[in-house]
Amino acid sequence: MSFFLETLLGGLMSGMLYSLVALGFVLIYKASGVFNFAQGAMVLFAALSMARFSEWIPLWLGMEDNLFLANLLAIAVSVVVMFAVAWLIERLVLRHLVNQEGATLLMATLGIGYFLDGIGQTVFGSDIYKIDVGMPKEPVTVLESVFEGGILINKEDFVAAFIAAMLVLALTIFFQKTATGRALRAVADDHQAAQSIGIPLGRIWVIVWCVAGITALVAGIIWGSKLGAQFSLSTVALRALPVVILGGLTSVPGAIIGGLIIGVGEKLSEVFLGPYVGGGIEIWFAYMLALVFLLFRPQGLFGEKIIDRV
Amino acid sequence: MFYRENGQFKTTYQSDQQIFAIPQDRWAILAIVAVAFIGVPLLVDEYLLRAILIPFLILSLAALGVNILVGYCGQITLGAGASMAVGAYAAYNFLIRVDGMPALAAILLGGLAAALAGIVFGAPSLRVRGLYLAVATLAAQFFWDWAFLRIKWFTNNASSGSVSVADINLLGWTISTPTDKYLFCLGILVVFSLMAKNLVRGSIGRQWMAIRDMDVAATVIGIRPMYAKLSAFAVSSFYVGVAGALWGFVHLGSWEPAAFSIDRSFQLLFMVIIGGMGAISGSFFGAAFIVVLPTFLNQVLGLLGGLFGLEVSVALVSHIEVTVFGALIVFFLIVEPHGIARLWSTGREKLRLWPFPH
Amino acid sequence: MKLHKLAGIAAAIGLLATPAAFAQAPKAAAKAPAKAEAKEQFFPALPYRTGPYAPNGVPWANGFVDYLKLTNARGGINGVKVVWEECETAYATDRGVECYERLKGKHGGATVFQPLSTGITFALTEKAPVDKIPLITAGYGRSESANGAVFEWNFPMVGTYWSGADVLIQHIAKKEGGFDKLKGKKITLVYHDSPYGKEPIALLQERAKMHGFELSLLPVASPGVEQKATWLQIRQHKPDYVLLWGWGVMNSTALKEAQATGYPREKMYGVWWSGAEPDVKDVGEGAKGYNALAMQHGAEPNAKVVKEILEKLHAKGQGTGPKEEVGQVLYMRGLISSMLAVEGVRAAQGRYGKGKWVSAEQARWGFENLNLDQKALDALGFAGVMRPVHTTCLDHMGSGFARIHTWDGKKWNFSSDWYEADQKVLRPLIMLASAKYAEEKKIKPRTPEDCKK
Repeated sequence: MSFFLETLLGGLMSGMLYSLVALGFVLIYKASGVFNFAQGAMVLFAALSMARFSEWIPLWLGMEDNLFLANLLAIAVSVVVMFAVAWLIERLVLRHLVNQEGATLLMATLGIGYFLDGIGQTVFGSDIYKIDVGMPKEPVTVLESVFEGGILINKEDFVAAFIAAMLVLALTIFFQKTATGRALRAVADDHQAAQSIGIPLGRIWVIVWCVAGITALVAGIIWGSKLGAQFSLSTVALRALPVVILGGLTSVPGAIIGGLIIGVGEKLSEVFLGPYVGGGIEIWFAYMLALVFLLFRPQGLFGEKIIDRV
Repeated sequence: MFYRENGQFKTTYQSDQQIFAIPQDRWAILAIVAVAFIGVPLLVDEYLLRAILIPFLILSLAALGVNILVGYCGQITLGAGASMAVGAYAAYNFLIRVDGMPALAAILLGGLAAALAGIVFGAPSLRVRGLYLAVATLAAQFFWDWAFLRIKWFTNNASSGSVSVADINLLGWTISTPTDKYLFCLGILVVFSLMAKNLVRGSIGRQWMAIRDMDVAATVIGIRPMYAKLSAFAVSSFYVGVAGALWGFVHLGSWEPAAFSIDRSFQLLFMVIIGGMGAISGSFFGAAFIVVLPTFLNQVLGLLGGLFGLEVSVALVSHIEVTVFGALIVFFLIVEPHGIARLWSTGREKLRLWPFPH
Repeated sequence: MKLHKLAGIAAAIGLLATPAAFAQAPKAAAKAPAKAEAKEQFFPALPYRTGPYAPNGVPWANGFVDYLKLTNARGGINGVKVVWEECETAYATDRGVECYERLKGKHGGATVFQPLSTGITFALTEKAPVDKIPLITAGYGRSESANGAVFEWNFPMVGTYWSGADVLIQHIAKKEGGFDKLKGKKITLVYHDSPYGKEPIALLQERAKMHGFELSLLPVASPGVEQKATWLQIRQHKPDYVLLWGWGVMNSTALKEAQATGYPREKMYGVWWSGAEPDVKDVGEGAKGYNALAMQHGAEPNAKVVKEILEKLHAKGQGTGPKEEVGQVLYMRGLISSMLAVEGVRAAQGRYGKGKWVSAEQARWGFENLNLDQKALDALGFAGVMRPVHTTCLDHMGSGFARIHTWDGKKWNFSSDWYEADQKVLRPLIMLASAKYAEEKKIKPRTPEDCKK
């Protein structure tokens, strides 16, 4: 029993982390209809920038050992970097591809992904870099009185999940309560109507990409602190894909719920089914899970229904 | 001036419907096929054959298959790598498990197995579409990656999961030198391209295109979406599967599932979109572009570095290579979102009027 | 519509013509001065300095190149200078094959290839006999290729995965107080889900049968950043030992997950590809107590050859990569790989003419009859770094020694004596697997008479 709970908890925690990346997909798809395959590369880029600037800034400024200040400055610089990336992507690429087919846009973002991978490694290097934001690493055991052996909780995951939840909350407030947020939702609902009431489409898209850049940075810091900032981070995007598909491409809560379902499904399947078939099934299991859901709801759990007219 | 159609009159339906209705085209194609069969083996060196031309031919075939699905039937797939893997491993199993199985038959049977797998994993296309479908096909990709790693039967219980085949033999012709391999792949590619061209011109191809352009309308005029979509998946997977078997048998000789990873799927989709969706020639353009570009960039960047007296490290070159590759793809999509094939047909229109435009 | 195909092929030819021109042009990036008359010995390198495995690939490549530089600084191989050229593979098999084709004919012909990837090794194993170019796969590649009678062109020198796995089991048995104590123990192998990671399974299963320990296998999908479920299972099973067969980021992730699930690092044993600085660096204190095989050498900052490289190359600004890296584990692995290649050529020169350029085929004889005794190693500056290597026709490995080193939070320290892989266990497996390969490929194994040629 305690082991089942542990697995469940582990699944929920990884689910939260997937949601973080999935959020980036959803934000951009919602506002501009672009399926941003470069999200993984953006996470990597943000993580590399964070890791390297927290290393470089103390050197440049000749600061003594002050991890907190160095991290703060590095985050500030990385935010600027991600804004610049977002702005450039909108200006140089997407602006020129308005009204193209989905597949073309998808390929364009893949191209952007390659570009960011390459430039990130050129500028920041291709080693494993450390992001040390003071995450707790040692586990704790709780509920020892209830279960034999207790339940092992990974504090780092807990903190990460908490940060992810905060980010979602902040995004929700941003979307619901601010003028910019409302404009974003208007654009998401209907580009033309939004434009006709005077919402500047170009600027809105830049803002969306900036917000996606910030989520990438948060995801990059959390994932990077867990795994070290290095190339493989860009593959977490592939883990987040079933999440968006399951949750629906256009739904922020969908990304969260989808993440939790996928996270739990993956871990439970790997731990309890895996041993019978040789293990390593979690990655395709997540996709199969999403696929099965899709057969019943083709637009995802929370996606908008598409109605065709001849 | 030379590329004119005036004065050429068709007197029968047959002559109007042939693939290359203009004699200039016909002769040019024949000339090119002749050069490819006779001239190339005589002229180019082994490196070009083994490292560029053979991969180009095989990947063209795969891209052709993907193009049938994506370009003609409008179903995006990110699972083409998996179809290649199914083709390769199925062909391997047919070869070693059936006594006296000729290699060519094994390759074709591998393609058939891939077609079956394609139908199964194409089934979701009846319910989901667009990007949802693209991601759904990833399920196939990851599943087959896993299956060939984990299920020992597929790899004939090889301890490492890697399989290898000896040189293939075709009616007494042992295909071992690069030239042999090149000719073998070229032969298959020519036959398959002709088949594809005729398929997409025929009734089935027209059904695919109707489904692509508007599936609801197509259903209304009596096209069965299930039949059309699944047949597109089957034909496409067959092509890709044969290409996969060739990739394993002819190009690598020994392979592991990583040879058909998700990167391969992306690569094939790139070829189709850059080459031109819904154009047979687009597959060739795209394959040439994607196969040659990294090698080309790599060599040029090294050379450029040497020119400026800088010692460019291999790491830097390959980082820049990836960067430029990404940038070029974006550039191409912006300049010509319909692919190189479209660029070419625009050029041809101009050529018809040259040198007297109006 | 009609000219589409014409266009395809024409464009292809047009595009192809360009790299052809480059392929023929002398490579400007070649580092040594090109002298047309005196032939130089060409050592191609297939490193990966990008992609998921770059953190581990880079130090290896730096060591590999530095030793070649040192060889030239020492006056070449009996006066024959060496040249080298790198081609980036990014650990991808198809790119590795392309690189092999690109480099094999350059600079008068490649002497020997060292792909540093088990996947590429598998692909090149098919190509090498055709082109008559040997492959050195020091510490990786196919374990059964130690049988030189079947694998004429493969040289898994100094260690294979089977010898490594065997030594690990021996070490665990010794810790437990004898092989009989292994009975009923639980050992879990966490491995990279690729030919590389699967290699040791055959031997471990054999040993499990012999001693009655329970072996469970947990694959981790490449690149290995997702191991939560794996370590949950380990927490459930509570194995007595965990063997780690990872590469690149998988290693550090495994250590972090071990820390997060509270599995004692002291009970974790890595293969020699899981026991270098990049694997533990960013885990730091969290990896304290973690053990890994040392493929003969560990981190050797005090070795004579390292000091020589620092003095002859890095002090003059000619070194490859950062100075601090010289002497680290993977750097040393690259250095040794390169040294084996150079010494093989020296051995071949002994037969085919001292101070003369040798062809790849002649070099193969050198690798097969390599006899690096302690004296030779001392002279090369490898005293204390490694044990003598002696290859024969039937044994392309040459030496099956290894020891264990342990991470103390800051550096690697040796924590065991030398072990030698048990040939009684290894040999039958090698013979069985290589016989299967020979049958599949229709190869006639060489007889002792063939070997003398």
